[in-house]
Amino acid sequence: MYRKILTPIDLAHRDRLAKAVDTAIDLARHWAIPVVLVGVTEAAPSAIAHNPQEYARKLAAFAEETAQATGVAVEARAYTAHDPATQIDETILKAVADTGADLVVMASHAPTIGDALVPSHGGRLASHTAISVFLVR
Amino acid sequence: MDDDATRAPDPSGIDAIPAPEGATTLIDTDYTIGQDNVELQVGPFGLDIHNPVFLISGLTIVAFVVLTLAFQNSVEPLFAGLRDFLTSTLAWFFLGAANIFVILCLVLIASPLGRVRLGGKEATPDYSYIGWFAMLFAAGMGIGLMFYGVSEPISHYSTAIGGVSAEAGVRTDWAPLGGAAGDQAEAVRLGMAATIFHWALHPWAIYAIVALALALFSYNKGLPLTIRSIFYPIFGERVWGWTGHVIDVLAVLATLFGLATSLGFGAEQANAGLAFLFGLPNNDGSKVVLILAITGVALISVVAGLDAGVKRLSEINMVLAALLLGFVILVGPTVLILGGFFQNLWAYVEYLPALSNPVGREDANFSQGWTAFYWAWWISWSPFVGMFIARVSRGRTVREFLTCVLIIPSLVSVLWMTAFGGTAIDQIVSQGITAVQDAPLELKLFEMLQGLPLTQITSFVGILLVIVFFVTSSDSGSLVIDTITAGGKVNAPVPQRVFWAVFEGLIAVALLLGGGLAALQAMAVSTGFPFTIVLLLGCFAIVKGLMSEPR
Repeated sequence: MYRKILTPIDLAHRDRLAKAVDTAIDLARHWAIPVVLVGVTEAAPSAIAHNPQEYARKLAAFAEETAQATGVAVEARAYTAHDPATQIDETILKAVADTGADLVVMASHAPTIGDALVPSHGGRLASHTAISVFLVR
Repeated sequence: MDDDATRAPDPSGIDAIPAPEGATTLIDTDYTIGQDNVELQVGPFGLDIHNPVFLISGLTIVAFVVLTLAFQNSVEPLFAGLRDFLTSTLAWFFLGAANIFVILCLVLIASPLGRVRLGGKEATPDYSYIGWFAMLFAAGMGIGLMFYGVSEPISHYSTAIGGVSAEAGVRTDWAPLGGAAGDQAEAVRLGMAATIFHWALHPWAIYAIVALALALFSYNKGLPLTIRSIFYPIFGERVWGWTGHVIDVLAVLATLFGLATSLGFGAEQANAGLAFLFGLPNNDGSKVVLILAITGVALISVVAGLDAGVKRLSEINMVLAALLLGFVILVGPTVLILGGFFQNLWAYVEYLPALSNPVGREDANFSQGWTAFYWAWWISWSPFVGMFIARVSRGRTVREFLTCVLIIPSLVSVLWMTAFGGTAIDQIVSQGITAVQDAPLELKLFEMLQGLPLTQITSFVGILLVIVFFVTSSDSGSLVIDTITAGGKVNAPVPQRVFWAVFEGLIAVALLLGGGLAALQAMAVSTGFPFTIVLLLGCFAIVKGLMSEPR
């Protein structure tokens, strides 16, 4: 059915994204396909890492950990953006093209009035890509 | 310059993370970015803000605005008095400090420390030269060049040719140095040199010091991108406590008051320009509409983000400014301007030692009223502009960074002042047109353009530039304030930057309608004094930080 699942992940809010990651892993197991965890970071130091390289290492470690715990093939792909708060969608689109994933499984909040100002990433992503998008709420 | 500098970055601004970018010496601290942050849910919006910097900054700003509105008659003399006291009594301090900044920058360009690369040895530049330059100018100086490019050379020329006058042994004239009484050619030279002095090496060195310190401690040392990080080598772990809170709050106040009062005055000036050009009514209603429009566009820009919003607007601005500059050079006295560029540059170099001398000055009105005031002003803007420059300068070597932030903008300032000021002086000196001289500050640019063909088009471009320069200051300022009040997190939720942009616009409206723009602006300029000390300590931190980096 699918070849590869892509799941965006925010290392700073791992707890909030647990449901999306679990969903992605379960689906991947079902079709015996790999999962790519995509992280977006900034060049400036963040809560997670002093620099983009450290971030990439931590993301890879998290992928490795998840793979060992679940037995599903999990790879990591870290991206840097100048202004991550506004570039999540375009980064995921780029990652979709880079990895050849054909299903995105990602966490998204339920629609609110605030979306008029700052639209939800998942919603915007679905309207900008041809592949399937699974929003986990 | 090496290959890294010329390699075009990914136009989308997003890169899959490359192999490690070479050794840097991280500072080992127990502090984690965001450890003092609180995450809140306000209505539909999630926030991630620094506790207590966000709250203290916000409340202090509200308190100052309310106090100023309520007691403006007593507050204005107080703040203006404070500013005048600082710029007159401590003129030597401002002038001396600014000289140190320039000298340190020049020494670093020449020294082996210039080889250190911001972001690690193999880091590649985040932005192309074009995008980078556009943002340098748009954030910190563009708007001033629009207003003072014509007026300041005329002022200094007029006072210089007027010569020295004294009353009871005290100079009452405003001429720079000893003036050039009756000597027209020399008065033009001195006027241009004095103007360029205020817009070339010194202001850019002030910005460069803050930007370099922040970029170094953030990209190479791993500290959060916020003003307090500069002080780590001096205060150590204490910068994460109240010492740091005070520094960050002060930076937020200086930035927000500087931006809001500039926006308020800018609306007055833009309104006067629009009234002059298109007969738009010059009243509070139009000014409020202008402020709201500028804030509205800034809002769209910050929501679109650094690349899609701020950078794009800055580039549009640079193209417009280049067109206007090119037009004035071609249609104005071309030969005079091109020759003038080198003559003025030479005049600047010749007068530089005397103009920058901090002690024993005879020309108190000029050295205190102009120079020290300017230095305090630039320094009070430096947390904002410096931090924004740092944000977009990763991947450059220190030498390349300083050359591009100090030398090239200085040359552009010389060219701009020569073209606009030179043309205006030429209109006075050789054509006898005094319209520009007699016009109020905000109309001088448009009066000068009236002396050239295609006035309607160029004036429209002029007014558009003024407005868009305000937008680019407002949006980059909101990004900076948001980052500081989020404890150095550059990826804080978008509604926060929206909040700061709106807050700034509302304060400008409140002060415009209720009075108090001048009072709070005096306050903002006064913050130049504590920040001068901050910058001097920053110089020490830069040298110490660079010495420990692999070169």
